[in-house]
Amino acid sequence: MKKGMISVLASVISILVGLLFGLLLLIVVNPAMAFPKFGELLTAGVSSLPKLAKVLYQAAPLVMTGLAVAFAFKTGLFNIGASGQYTVGAFCALACAIIFQMPWWICLIASLVAGAVWGFFPGLFKSLFNVNEVITSIMFNWIGMMAVNLLCMNLKNAAGQLVMLPTAWVSSPIKDRTAALSYANPSAMIPKMGLDRLFQSNYMNISIFIAALVAVLLWVVLNRTTFGYELKACGYNKNASIYAGINAKRNIVLSMVISGAMAGLGGGLYYLAGTADYTIQKALLPMGFNGISVALLATSNPIGTIFSALFISYIQVGGESLQPVYAKEMIDIIIAVIIYLSAFALLTKNIISKYIRTDKTNVNAEPVPPAAPVPAAETGAVDSGEVPEKTVESEGEDK
Amino acid sequence: MSEYVIEMLNITKEFPGIKANDNITLQLKHGEVHALLGENGAGKSTLMSVLFGLYQPEAGVIKKDGVEVKINNPNDANALNIGMVHQHFKLVEVFTVLDNIILGAEPNKMGFLQKAEARKKVIELSERYGLQVDPDAKIEDISVGMQQRVEILKMLYRDNDILIFDEPTAVLTPQEIDELMEIMRNFTKEGKSILFITHKLNEIMAVADRCTVLRKGKYMGTVNIKDTTKEELSRMMVGRDVKFEVDKAEQKLGDVVLDVQNVTVPSKIHANNAVKNVSFQVRAGEIVCLAGIEGNGQTQFVYALTGLDKMSEGKITLCGHDISNAKIRDRSKLGMSHIPEDRHKHGLVLDFSLEQNLVLQRYWQPEFQNKGFIRNKEVREYAEKLIKQYDIRSGQGPVTTARSMSGGNQQKAIVAREIDKVPDLLVAVQPTRGLDVGAIEYIHEQLVAQRDAGRAVLLVSLELEEVMSVPDRILVMYEGEIVGEFNPKEVTVEELGLYMAGAKNMYRDVGAKEQGKEREAE
Ligand SMILES: Nc1ncnc2c1ncn2[C@@H]1O[C@H](COP(=O)(O)OP(=O)(O)OP(=O)(O)O)[C@@H](O)[C@H]1O
Ligand SMILES: [Mg+2]
Repeated sequence: MKKGMISVLASVISILVGLLFGLLLLIVVNPAMAFPKFGELLTAGVSSLPKLAKVLYQAAPLVMTGLAVAFAFKTGLFNIGASGQYTVGAFCALACAIIFQMPWWICLIASLVAGAVWGFFPGLFKSLFNVNEVITSIMFNWIGMMAVNLLCMNLKNAAGQLVMLPTAWVSSPIKDRTAALSYANPSAMIPKMGLDRLFQSNYMNISIFIAALVAVLLWVVLNRTTFGYELKACGYNKNASIYAGINAKRNIVLSMVISGAMAGLGGGLYYLAGTADYTIQKALLPMGFNGISVALLATSNPIGTIFSALFISYIQVGGESLQPVYAKEMIDIIIAVIIYLSAFALLTKNIISKYIRTDKTNVNAEPVPPAAPVPAAETGAVDSGEVPEKTVESEGEDK
Repeated sequence: MSEYVIEMLNITKEFPGIKANDNITLQLKHGEVHALLGENGAGKSTLMSVLFGLYQPEAGVIKKDGVEVKINNPNDANALNIGMVHQHFKLVEVFTVLDNIILGAEPNKMGFLQKAEARKKVIELSERYGLQVDPDAKIEDISVGMQQRVEILKMLYRDNDILIFDEPTAVLTPQEIDELMEIMRNFTKEGKSILFITHKLNEIMAVADRCTVLRKGKYMGTVNIKDTTKEELSRMMVGRDVKFEVDKAEQKLGDVVLDVQNVTVPSKIHANNAVKNVSFQVRAGEIVCLAGIEGNGQTQFVYALTGLDKMSEGKITLCGHDISNAKIRDRSKLGMSHIPEDRHKHGLVLDFSLEQNLVLQRYWQPEFQNKGFIRNKEVREYAEKLIKQYDIRSGQGPVTTARSMSGGNQQKAIVAREIDKVPDLLVAVQPTRGLDVGAIEYIHEQLVAQRDAGRAVLLVSLELEEVMSVPDRILVMYEGEIVGEFNPKEVTVEELGLYMAGAKNMYRDVGAKEQGKEREAE
């Protein structure tokens, strides 16, 4: 049995177990409604085009933060700082859009660069002083979020107005979120290319395609290039890579820079859609942490992250349809359980390979270059779709 | 009671692409040392891992004292008093010796560790069997010899009386090997039974009672050591006669390739220098051997020579280029190849495939990449060539993960990679460690072929047989200094031993130093 197949199987099994657990929770809380609502949870994402649009819209940033974590994993690093990189990326994209009135693609590049810078520091500290990247990136999460809050609330334009906030643009009492792109700078919104009309949804734009493209690109870098070979060599065995003349210190930094850039771009993709404004945060944005689930579920395969992000986004959209029968917290719990169990994909993988006779010492090994990659979790997202049902349109508010 | 403590009957264990054990039967008598012999990849470690509960066989039964038992995991094995010292040690590097020994069998009262008790038992055991260890030293700071004693103590601490030793002597110095043999004999006197894997026929002849031979996963037979010879054993195992001497053509000395001047390397562990003022040259067309007992600065010297570590003083010149501070990649480009001492730490990326490992030193060359993209086809072809040429055996050829290969075949992969780089200087540290007699013969031939092709070889070896037979010149290192230079044809093993032990020094009167008198030599 192919290693890639085992990865997919493991992800699917984890997802199924997670779903089953979710169903049990529903039954415990409200047995009467459990089955119909569970059906809705599973089908809402494909029940209508606008719902599907929302799945795709939310999946794009998830792919990116998932890639950030997966890429770092592959190179032996744990980037838990995706949240901070995402936030900083979002801010720089919005700042370029609102303050400097740049077009969307420059704003996206800005988010990429900002995320890269936020990944650079943990990488640098790791490489120079051997400070664990987990600690530094957690601190950078908070520094990033606080700095962004501070800037949003204090940046002033020449006229002395708080330029990032709606007040500078329209008469509005709102002070806890950034100005909407629709009036501040429509040209900074990611193009929709008619997809919005096709899907009958304002959420739909090309961001998911950009994310998928980046994922493929990253897969190519990791599996086909000497650069990827070096990064993985450092990740798997630093001493051996040094012995082979690879500059391990440089690679650690580069790896974190690329990882950060991915998360940063995720922030750009999400907030440049023009459908959500950045709200002043009191807690770290969950998008970065969901990236960890995405990466785990995809067993760190960049192509796999596309599918696992789609799945998680799908289940989040499905969760909204549980309201109001189930409390909002209930939904969060169920989604968390499903995501949490999904993250056991790696464990499941080990168990499977133990039973299916295969080389159990290297379940985590990379598929060998010439072998085609098998995307993970694809079936999970599609399998769960049954006969589409009509669902109650839920609130479009994101934050 | 049954005559046998352990019987493994008709064991079959498959891995993807390979039957590692094919209907193998092994019977261990009470109180015997039973050797297990076979080529690299013959399935020895696999068979022992089956006994230790790490793998489940597809077929076959295991009996203990005549009763069939099921061993699902190492805990089951432990309950049957079976203990194992693995080919590659399994110790927690940052834990102390004591912590490692009690790990998994911690004595406790209501959940609280009772370390004092454990310490007493460990010290008692170590004294009783002459296994010197420092209970409070960290594993990462102690020599491999001591690490092995820790592994043995781990088994004894758990009251195991069926002891599996997987290639215990591959990493030991000749003195340590003698001690280990003695310890094994003591064990059997107490009624413990031992399964002993080794590639060194002398050791089998010296300590074993019986020997089971495997070839390519198949059972070849079990013989009484009393009734057999080294030659017969090796024929049984390889299927042909093996030469134990090395044939060498007349030497044709060329220019100086490596020039080492006054190299000093500071020690990581103590305040002293690990390498003190070492100078020598290696010319094209010669094999120079750096001999000595482990821990006398050879490792640190090689680290400095190959760029893995910095030296504090001195100058190293390779083919006329000063490489004292050169990067590792530059040294490689200037013609240095390095077979490292520790194959798992430096030599291989275990989670890479075999083919990826075979290009570890060359993936960046135009032959294997185009504008930064790896040329998979060329890599595959190259890997297949080396696999064939060096007889690297594995389950799935080029795509086998290095981690799943047998220890000896991992070593062969490294040797193949480094020699095939066509270096001007080949630094070979223990190149035949863990190899079977057939493979050793082949590697030695390759080293000599390098020399005959006009290249320079610096061999670092602890193996006296290798030291005496392969090189053209021997340098003995003791406490970081070179204490003697010999022609292997003109020196005896005993003489060499005196220098290695520090009792003699060509360049200084040792007797005087030892007595603390102010008498200068000459
Ligand atoms: N976990 C594994 N997965 C896949 N193949 C394996 C695994 N372990 C061993 N093998 C294969 O089984 C064969 C036997 O390996 P084993 O380690 O038992 O050899 P060995 O006799 O101990 O050799 P050596 O003397 O080199 O240590 C080898 O070809 C190896 O590639
Ligand atoms: Mg072995």
